[in-house]
Amino acid sequence: MASAEAPAARPILYSYWRSSCSHRVRIALNLKGIDYEYRAVNLLKGEQSDPEFMKLNPMKFVPALVDGDAVIGDSYAIALYLEDKYPQRPLLPQDLKKKALNIQIASIVCSGIQPLHNLTLVRFIEQKVGTGESIPWVQQQIDRGFTAVENMIKGCAGKFAMGDEVQLADVFLAPQIFAAVTRYQTDMSNYPTLARLHGQYMTHPAFEAALPDRQPDAPSSG
Amino acid sequence: MATAKPILYGAWISSCSHRVRIALNLKGVDYEYKAVNPRTDPDYEKINPIKYIPALVDGDFVLSDSLAIILYLEDKYPQHPLVPKDIKTKGLDLQIANIVCSSIQPLQGYGVIGLHEGRLSPDESLEVVQRYIDKGFRAIEKLLDGCDSKYCVGDEIHLGDVFLAPQIHAAINRFQIDMVLTSSLIFFVQIKISAALTLHTHQNTNSNKLSFSCRRSTQSCRDFTTRTWKSRHFKPHCPRISQMHLQQNNQEIKPVTTICV
Repeated sequence: MASAEAPAARPILYSYWRSSCSHRVRIALNLKGIDYEYRAVNLLKGEQSDPEFMKLNPMKFVPALVDGDAVIGDSYAIALYLEDKYPQRPLLPQDLKKKALNIQIASIVCSGIQPLHNLTLVRFIEQKVGTGESIPWVQQQIDRGFTAVENMIKGCAGKFAMGDEVQLADVFLAPQIFAAVTRYQTDMSNYPTLARLHGQYMTHPAFEAALPDRQPDAPSSG
Repeated sequence: MATAKPILYGAWISSCSHRVRIALNLKGVDYEYKAVNPRTDPDYEKINPIKYIPALVDGDFVLSDSLAIILYLEDKYPQHPLVPKDIKTKGLDLQIANIVCSSIQPLQGYGVIGLHEGRLSPDESLEVVQRYIDKGFRAIEKLLDGCDSKYCVGDEIHLGDVFLAPQIHAAINRFQIDMVLTSSLIFFVQIKISAALTLHTHQNTNSNKLSFSCRRSTQSCRDFTTRTWKSRHFKPHCPRISQMHLQQNNQEIKPVTTICV
């Protein structure tokens, strides 16, 4: 009698607990109910420069996803790959305009805010420009991006950024707002819609499970 | 009643606007181009409240961000598709596009350059930008290792190419990156965007570098160009793009569209 086929291997996510780019993908995987293997890459120890990891992502960034023979670096590329491969619980609406606005908000976060305060740039600013100089810089970048998104979604009556269902915009906004609040002392009263969304995200199970301090490589508390 | 043409708000020097112009041209979309400076045009905020460029106005719909605009065009104008159907290939294509739009271009904008002003010399500022470009280009080279297609992910132009072309253009012409780039690649870039750009190009017959004169430029752009226009060359290791240059060097320069070989 033929043996049963081996079950498909779980996708593997290379992630760092505190990386907001990794955080986005963790949310997407949770929302879609995808069982995955978590492999930690310690950025502070420089594990992103290990030759084996660089084969997965030559940019030396987390996250990277290995799904069978698919290897993808970059959180945006991964999110859209998951959307194609695992169509359950879609993150993008069918309506072209709403879909486009989701992509715009996600892009504001991942091209307009996060790259301007990532670890590499912050370290550079501290070393080359001056100690403490990174803080006002980061706050300025967050303010610019959050002001733009707030202007786009203020007056939105739905529970989440683009309506009553979680969509791609939320997947990207949640980690950025979380980092802004917990790491950069951002005054969210300037962005009331984003502040309200933060409250929603913090009580949604898929988002809660993706939080940095819930990850296997987070430093244990106490 | 005829549908109004979409309107693209952009700027000649903006590589994000450059990407959208290429996509519109590839898809044969007739559009109206409106040059704008979000920093100084007070009326732009009424058109696009978030004041970013590029912005596409399609009827009553306003959309910003080059990736969002291009993927919207992909949905609305399916001719000359830019996104591969195979999801692994699409993943690679998107990864290349995102290396450009998240890990290179944001670090070369005026905001980042302005951070350094007064604290770093112009040479040091330029070196910083060059390092980001170098890192991104090397990573893309690695991702394309072993690929023998005409373009990044196939023999047709896709999203990665649409994002890469303006980045290479900026790398060479604004940030002194000497990629030993084929002249045919330069002509590809020029042909695709010449309808919208306000640059004149003059090929220097003694070298493969092109010099540019700007027909229209803001003062800040002129200042930046004056500060950083030096003869130093930064040579990232880009053998595949360099290889194409060597192959094309002895051929008649014509408007071919190869980026990768």
